[in-house]
Amino acid sequence: MPKKKNNQSESLFVSGHRACHGCGLALAVRHILEATGNDVVVVSPTGCLETFSSPYGFSPWRVPWIHHLFENAPAIASGVVAALVAQEKSDTRVIVIGGDGATFDIGFGSLSGMLERNDDVLYICMDNGAYMNTGGQRSSATPIYASATTHPAGRYSAGKTENKKDLPEIITAHGVKYVATASVAYLKDLKKKVKKAMSVRGSRYIQIDTPCPSVWSFPSHLTLEVGRKAVNCGLSPLFEMENGHVTSVKKIVKLIPVTDFLKEQKRFRHLFMTEKYRKELMELQDLADHHIDRYGLLTSN
Amino acid sequence: MTKLTMGAVVMGGTSLKYKTGDWRDQKPLILQDVCKQCGICKEVCPDDAIRLKGETYEIDYDFCKGCGICAYECSVGAIQMTPEDK
Amino acid sequence: MDNIHVIEGSEAVAQAIKVCNPQVISAYPISPQTHIVETLAQMIADGDLNAQYVRVESEFSAASVVAGASAAGSRSYTVSSSQGLLLMTEVIYASVGMRLPFVLTGVNRSISAPINIQVDHQDTISLRDSGIIQFYVESVQEAYDLHLAAFKIAEDPKIMLPVMICMDGWVLTHSYERVHFLDQEIVDDFLPPYQPENFLTPKDPKTWGSYAEADVLMELKYAIHKAMTEGKQRIEHILISLSTITGRSNSGLVEAYQTDGAEIILVAMGSMVGTIKDAIDELRSIGKKVGLIKIRCYRPFPFEDIWEVIKNAELVCVLDASFSMGSEGPISMDLKAKVCGGKMRPHIANFIIGLGGREININTIRALVEKAEGSITSPHNLQEPEWVDLNHDILI
Repeated sequence: MPKKKNNQSESLFVSGHRACHGCGLALAVRHILEATGNDVVVVSPTGCLETFSSPYGFSPWRVPWIHHLFENAPAIASGVVAALVAQEKSDTRVIVIGGDGATFDIGFGSLSGMLERNDDVLYICMDNGAYMNTGGQRSSATPIYASATTHPAGRYSAGKTENKKDLPEIITAHGVKYVATASVAYLKDLKKKVKKAMSVRGSRYIQIDTPCPSVWSFPSHLTLEVGRKAVNCGLSPLFEMENGHVTSVKKIVKLIPVTDFLKEQKRFRHLFMTEKYRKELMELQDLADHHIDRYGLLTSN
Repeated sequence: MTKLTMGAVVMGGTSLKYKTGDWRDQKPLILQDVCKQCGICKEVCPDDAIRLKGETYEIDYDFCKGCGICAYECSVGAIQMTPEDK
Repeated sequence: MDNIHVIEGSEAVAQAIKVCNPQVISAYPISPQTHIVETLAQMIADGDLNAQYVRVESEFSAASVVAGASAAGSRSYTVSSSQGLLLMTEVIYASVGMRLPFVLTGVNRSISAPINIQVDHQDTISLRDSGIIQFYVESVQEAYDLHLAAFKIAEDPKIMLPVMICMDGWVLTHSYERVHFLDQEIVDDFLPPYQPENFLTPKDPKTWGSYAEADVLMELKYAIHKAMTEGKQRIEHILISLSTITGRSNSGLVEAYQTDGAEIILVAMGSMVGTIKDAIDELRSIGKKVGLIKIRCYRPFPFEDIWEVIKNAELVCVLDASFSMGSEGPISMDLKAKVCGGKMRPHIANFIIGLGGREININTIRALVEKAEGSITSPHNLQEPEWVDLNHDILI
């Protein structure tokens, strides 16, 4: 390992990576590793994180890290776990950090297999709601009525017509003991959840909202602000589900309407340009209200 | 050019050779007399480009991309974004 | 030499894997390899084998699990066939690129569609571009023996590539043979524990799977090709060491059978070799000057060894149990690519044989040789390539 000079960081995910200005993903990774410590092996699928953190010869990872393919990070992680058990090195923990494209879509089968076996892996999905690395094609994590490049808004289209796949529920249904949602806008909460996940064995899952200034198109300094709005309008509920039951939620202190969140971003701008998307906007507000109800997100609940 | 490695395996931490500082078009400046050393700026930097040197927070301009998150999130407005002098 | 058992081919493979002390095995069933994973599972259930056994949900994950385990420094094994091997293809390419050694048994079976579970070599042959080292075995004993060598070859510091032992489905996996097992101590001596220089460990954090641009990609790929071609010597050396401990002659990337003075030489691999050898014995007894080269190691392609034997023959008949649609048989293409350009060359005729498990018996070989003989004087009698026993009456 290169020797640390005086001014160098103690971080396990150092500077010099090629993430966009203000990338929510890059910020989250540093804090995830702060919470896990360095006795880990990290597996990442193909995606933004992999691409910006591994140009040949320039790696920010101060932990052992492997990128294999797009759709097999869970199975690679299962293999690493098996090897560590065989070598009697189970103190070293295995984590997957990957995007929504790999997690919700192409790696879903591999993920399901890993969860079903209850392999001792903490799977962290960094959710920016699209195949962001390649310009923002839709994934099943893209919110409804967002414009994505493969399901764009147009004269006859309001953008994505399907609701976001409720992956935390699907994962809970696998019998996974610890499932949580978090946001890069709330770093203390994020780290607390990672630490909690690390304190137990078996499969665990954390889904982290990571706003993308580049493709969602908002000024790069607003990454955390946009993240906060997503949580505080109810569209991004932050909770913990343990053994199938919601055991904690992050309460919304000051509720805002969904429009406050949506209008900041290019991917929802079409909803505001004419009157014809009133119904869609109402649906999105209903969705937020439904989350508030379901998870008890308001302090009065 | 250095010799290749078997299987393209790379040593960790080598991204420090790549100075992302020249991506900037605006530059944060910490007003040390306003700064309350709360540490939020260091926490929220996606590029880990803010260091604590003794009791002072300093920006590592070799790597700062000028995203402006630190300035926006600063609890006391102690960071100013200024245009990058090219 | 008492350790002899009459045993099913699949079980013999499992016994070979057992004495190699794998740390991680991943398993997904597909006919006709399933008995291998089942036998391994039973060994573990009975405490006879101490390995982590990961029951995956697809072959894609089976290959991925062994790739991950290998990257983490463990000796790893998996097995598949046909559709499963195709599903593993992406993982194999990536693992070759990252120089992750593991052993894979490729139980040969035809590829859909139409679905056919009988033997041909299309599945493993389809991986010939990937960089995985490939051996084709003639018998159950050879399958047992070569699996031991496979780990040693894969884990060799100058090679560091996955190795595939190809064995004919049903014909070898489900038939019973007398197999001599090696004692654990002898195998332990031949095959010490896997100790790679680079592996995933927090003590020395490294990054695997980087994005490589055009300025380095060709060199990284060339390094793999070099490891394979220069690895031929290393492979031969390991096979010789293997022969020393088994007392059997498995050495050599190829095996020449009755090729002295042969005018016609057949080139083949897999279990059909046994049948061909019997046919050649018969043909020789009636004065035909016919011989055989059995290809044991198909990738890296052992051109020099083959050339040494065929260079003085009149006609070389390459028997391919697979086909590259729109072109010709893969082994034939490999051989012709190297032979063409040479000043003096034997004529190479390509025979496509045994697809989908179509029977290859002594009569098949006899008729093939006859046809080949005829073509020496009348070359137009042979199609190029010639599909053996093709029933023209039912062709659409």
